[in-house]
This record gives sequence, C-alpha cells and structure tokens, in this order.
Amino acid sequence: MSQSAPSTRAPRAGRRWYILVFLAPATLIYTVFAIYPIFESLRLSLYSAEENQAVFVGLANYAKLLGEPYWADQFWNAFNNNVVLFLLHMLIQNPIALALAALLSIPTLKGAATYRTIFFLPTLLSVVVVGFIWQLILSPLWGVTPDAMKALGIGDLFRPWLGLESSALVTVTLISIWQYVGIPLMLFYAALLNVPEETIEAARIDGLNGWWIFWKVKLPLILPTLGLVAILTYIGNFTASFDIIYSLQGGMAGPNFSTDVMGTFLFRSFFGFQAQLGDEYMGATVASALFFIILVGVGCYLFGVQRRLQRYDS
Amino acid sequence: MRGFVPRTVALAVGLCLSGIALADKTVITIESWRAEDQAIWDDLILPAFEAEHPDIDVQFKPTTATEYNAALNARLAGGTAGDIITCRPFDNALAMYDAGNLSDIKDLPGLENFSDVAKGAWSTDNGDATFCVPMASVIHGFMYNKDAFAELGLEVPATEAEFYAVLDAIEEDGSYIPMAMGTKDQWEAATMGYTNIGPTYWGGEEGRLALLSGDAKFTDDAFVEGFRQMEKWVPYLGNGYQAQSYTDSQNLFTLGRAAIYPTGSWEITGFQENADFEIGAFAPPAKDADSSCYISDHTDIGIGMNAATKNKDAARTFLEWTTTAEFAGLLTNAAPGFFSLANHDITVENDLAKEFIAMRGECEATIRVAHQILSRGEPALGNHLWTLTANVINGSMTAEEAAADAQANVDSWYTP
Repeated sequence: MSQSAPSTRAPRAGRRWYILVFLAPATLIYTVFAIYPIFESLRLSLYSAEENQAVFVGLANYAKLLGEPYWADQFWNAFNNNVVLFLLHMLIQNPIALALAALLSIPTLKGAATYRTIFFLPTLLSVVVVGFIWQLILSPLWGVTPDAMKALGIGDLFRPWLGLESSALVTVTLISIWQYVGIPLMLFYAALLNVPEETIEAARIDGLNGWWIFWKVKLPLILPTLGLVAILTYIGNFTASFDIIYSLQGGMAGPNFSTDVMGTFLFRSFFGFQAQLGDEYMGATVASALFFIILVGVGCYLFGVQRRLQRYDS
Repeated sequence: MRGFVPRTVALAVGLCLSGIALADKTVITIESWRAEDQAIWDDLILPAFEAEHPDIDVQFKPTTATEYNAALNARLAGGTAGDIITCRPFDNALAMYDAGNLSDIKDLPGLENFSDVAKGAWSTDNGDATFCVPMASVIHGFMYNKDAFAELGLEVPATEAEFYAVLDAIEEDGSYIPMAMGTKDQWEAATMGYTNIGPTYWGGEEGRLALLSGDAKFTDDAFVEGFRQMEKWVPYLGNGYQAQSYTDSQNLFTLGRAAIYPTGSWEITGFQENADFEIGAFAPPAKDADSSCYISDHTDIGIGMNAATKNKDAARTFLEWTTTAEFAGLLTNAAPGFFSLANHDITVENDLAKEFIAMRGECEATIRVAHQILSRGEPALGNHLWTLTANVINGSMTAEEAAADAQANVDSWYTP
C-alpha cells in the first residue's frame, strides 16, 4: 500500500528513531559478546608469541595446525570424532525425537503433557549432574548397570564402556542423546501441532490412514523444521559437545584421545592442561578453524538447502 | 518499627567502622590448587602468621586442582590473580616467571634454609633466578590395609618377587581387590604407576640425569622395564579398571575393598579421615634383595609472588615467613604427607607420615622423571606419559612401543 502512495510516507530519520532503539540491545550485546570476540580471536590466530611479544605471522599458525604431525593428528582426530558425533546424533537422536513427537501429537493420547515433561526433563539438568550420574550408573564398581544386567542374565556382556577406546565415544554420544533428545522433540512437536486440521481431515476423507498421513502429509509440511534441527545439531555438535565430554572424560578426553572433539582440543591448546602449557595463539587458531568449519556447514545449509525448502502456508 | 531506624543507623555505623578497621590491614590472597587444605590454612597456618603480623590479612583462595593452571593463567593475564601464587614445580612455574608473572626472589632472606635440589625446581636452568620458595615435597610409595594384611597373614614386601607374591596371595584369597588403580583419569597410571616404581629399574637420579645428558634413552631396557611392570600389574587391578577414576580408586581403598593402593604421601589426611582401618605404607619394592630401593621424593609445591602485586611488602613478608622453622613445622604436621623442603629439624607426628618420611633414610630419592626440562616438547612428556602408561595398561600399546614413543617425543626437540 505504502509503495503505491509514497507521498504519505513519513520523513525517514526523525520519526523512525524507535527502530534504532529496538535494535540497539541485541546489536550491542551481540557485538560485545559475540562479534567482537570472534574478530579478536581471528586476529589473534594470525599472531605468535616470541619472547613474550605478539608477532604477526600471517597464516603460519594454520600451516602448523594442519602441517605439523602433533597438531594435525589431534586436529583430524578431533574433527573425525565430531563427524561421528554428528552422524550418530542425526541417525539416532533426531529420528527418536521425530517418532516421539509424532506419538505425542496423536490427539487421542492420554497423558501427553506428562510424557512431554518427562522427555524434556533431562535437558534441564546441568551437564555436570548428567555426567556424574551416568558415570555412576555405568561404573563397573558401584554402578547399577552391572547388577541390572546380571539380573537379566546378560551380565557377561557388561564392559566398562566409558573406559574402552572402542566404545567410549559411542557411549558419550548416547548419553548426550539421552539428555538432549527433548529439544528436537519439542521443535518437531510444535511443528506437528501447526499442521492444519483441515489438511489432515481432507487426507482422511481421501482414505489415508494415520501411518500414511504422517508420511505423506505431516512430514512434508514439517520439512523446514527438519532442516532447522539438522543445522542446530550440526552447530551444537561442534560447540556444545565439549561440556558433556569434559564432565565425563576430562580434559584429556580419554582413553587415548578417543573422545577428543574440537571443543576439548581447543580447551587444551588455549588454556593448557597440567604439564602442557597453554598457547593462546594456537588456541585462537583452533577456535578460528572451528569457526570456519561451522561457517561452511551453515553456509551450505542456508544456500543449498534452506532456499529449496518449500514452505506451505496454512 | 520504632526500633528499626536506630538499629539501621547502628548497623550502618558499625559497617563503616569495620570498613575502617579493615582498611588499616593489607589484604593479600594466596592462589593454590590445594582446595582440600582450606581448613588447614584458615585455622592453623594463617592465624599463626597473622598473630605475628597483625597488619596483614592473608586469605587462602584455592581453585580445583585440575583447573588451577588454566584459571590462574587467565587471571594473571587479566590482572586479577592473587598476590601470592602457589607454584607447580619446574617448567610450569618457569613459564610464569619467563612471562613476567612471578617475581625473582633470589635475595629473599631465609632462602638459605633450602637445599639446591629443592630450589632447583623453582630456578632458571642456569640458577640465576629463583622465583618460588620451596614449600613441600610428596613421597611416592604404596599404602596398604594393615587389617587385610594381618587377616591374610601377609608381610610387607621389600623386593619385586615378594611384591608379586603378596599380590598373588590377595588375588587367591579373593576377599580383596589386590590393587586399587584405574586408567580412566590416565594420570594415575603414570604418576602412581610408571614414575612410582620406574626409578627402581633406571636407578633413580642416575637414570634421570642420564636421560637429560643423552647417555640414556627411554628405549633402554632400564626404562622399558617400568612399562613392562605396568603390564604385569593388569591382572591385579579390579574389574573394569578401564573406567575406574581416581576417586573410584580412593574409595575402593578407603572402603576396605582393595588391599594395596599405589599412591603418594599427599593422601594421608584424607585417607585417615575416611578409612576405619589402620593404613600402613611401604616403599616401591627393590629389584632384589641385593639392590637398594628408590623413591620419588617429588618437589611438588613452591610459593612465590605475583610480579604485578600491589602489596609487594606484605607479600614478601609472608614469603619470608614461609622460610621459617615455624611455618615448616606447622605445614608438615597440619598437612601430613606434605614434607617441608626446608633444612629445619622438624618432628613429624603423624604415624603414617612417619612411615613415609622413614623411606628417605632407607631408599635413594629422585623426582618424577619427566618434570625437569624433558616436558618442553609437544605434547609435554609429563602429560604424554599419562597417555602412554594408560595405553600400556589398557593393552593398546606394548611396553616397547610406549618407550619408543616417549623417546621419539624427546628426540623431536631435545639435544642434550
């Protein structure tokens, strides 16, 4: 409307000051706590310490990170573990969340609110608490698992999973899934509730049963949410995985670095660990590499996937 | 309501007065990783100092041990670190000194009360500067459950053969886990395992200095043997030791479920509080009846001054006090297991601590093998030994592979 009648538009600067006021808090907070630190650590990654002086070294730190065996081995190990972590979350966490959300959104289900709360509860727990509890549950010494498995007659199958190189990463991932399955669940659930009733009714009249309604009607309608969950999983897997691994396995991400992810690697390089001294410049380099990895992933999603997703207005 | 206003005024005046009273005192804070010792410092050590120096108020503000280095470095960089800094030995503190975070205190009166070996842990390589007052060392060895030993009729082992005979006997009896150690936290394996019994095979200081001079290598039989011993320990560790953390091991022992615990004297206070049986200690067993035993008498804690402190005089006064016999006595007996490094004649009162300190007379002493100089590579050998030893115990590396890896780490940067 306003386009067709430009003369009625208010003079710009003076009257639209409130736009700036509303933008200011978010802009300020993001600039100070997110944008500025990102640029600062990108800058830091181009320097190196020589005799306590920061010296500009260009991309030498990146060459070191990818070239020197000590750094490169850790980097690729952490990166690979992150990829495994991401794939497991995509293959286990999100399908479970979707299935639970689909069940919860059945209108005739009794006690949906209770289930919803129960599924979401672990998400509210502190990671430290979750780490501690699971360590105890899985402990070969005092844990409930060995006894429970013995009672079921499968006691021989018990292993100290968190301590074995072959199983530690998967175990940590499953614990993380247990904790965070509530978040994609809620997103899917909200999206499913948004599917208009008329569409479903129309499908039913056309003779589709509940199973096919889910696959042919509901799922296509919530595809944008699926994409959103995928990208949130991708980002969370690189940033949030640090918490659970640090609380379960410690800064050395044992056994033998089998649970080391970019986050723990960054922590050790930046702050140092015990006898290992920290190096803020290499730490910033790892952080920047992590930033680029996330940037590339999110970029691919935004330009490659999200634009092709069709949104159906209800 | 009527009493409210006068009371508030009185309170306000009181607060102001106490503020004035505080302002007369110089407040200095101590950074430390010994959070366990809070009560000891607050109730015993600091009141003794403050009684002599009423104008100085000292506060003990520890950080959790595993986060100490990272947190302290961040605070030093941000200018919010305490005035007094508890120093880790060797390179860690040296790096702080090199970065200008610790003051040189070589001229501090009272420093002559310490041996050169003790000061060596907190001096530059050429000895030009000393940046921390040596505070305490910890002695490695084994603790054992005296009741369990009596019950099974076992004698304290003095040689390797006896040691394994004792372990076999406990294993056979079956009512105790022979040895409480896990590999989950990794450092246990290296610190309580390899660096604990290793000196027996590489001949303590002789072997360590030979490594530094390049005359010996980790791939030499004397150093590989330490790893081989780790392989031999595996059958005696509890079920699922791969997921057994340090606290799990501590609990296994203090609950009386494990008979022997490879450890160090720093556990004395906590263990005596928690265990309801009598604990004894023995030194790492000698190779055979003809050889002598070796202990790791590790220079573990020093105390220095933040170079950026605003209370230089007060901090120096406090450091000076830590060189006195009074401090040494208080520390040794308030925190049994941390043995003062000063030359003062101090009587140890705690029985278990006495058993540990007696080892100094019976065995040859050395320090942890990777701490001096050798940890300057990437990864720091001190940390790398954690991974290597845990790998050997978990079976993902052989003793020979671990030794070769350690030597490769040293070779990659070190020329003797």
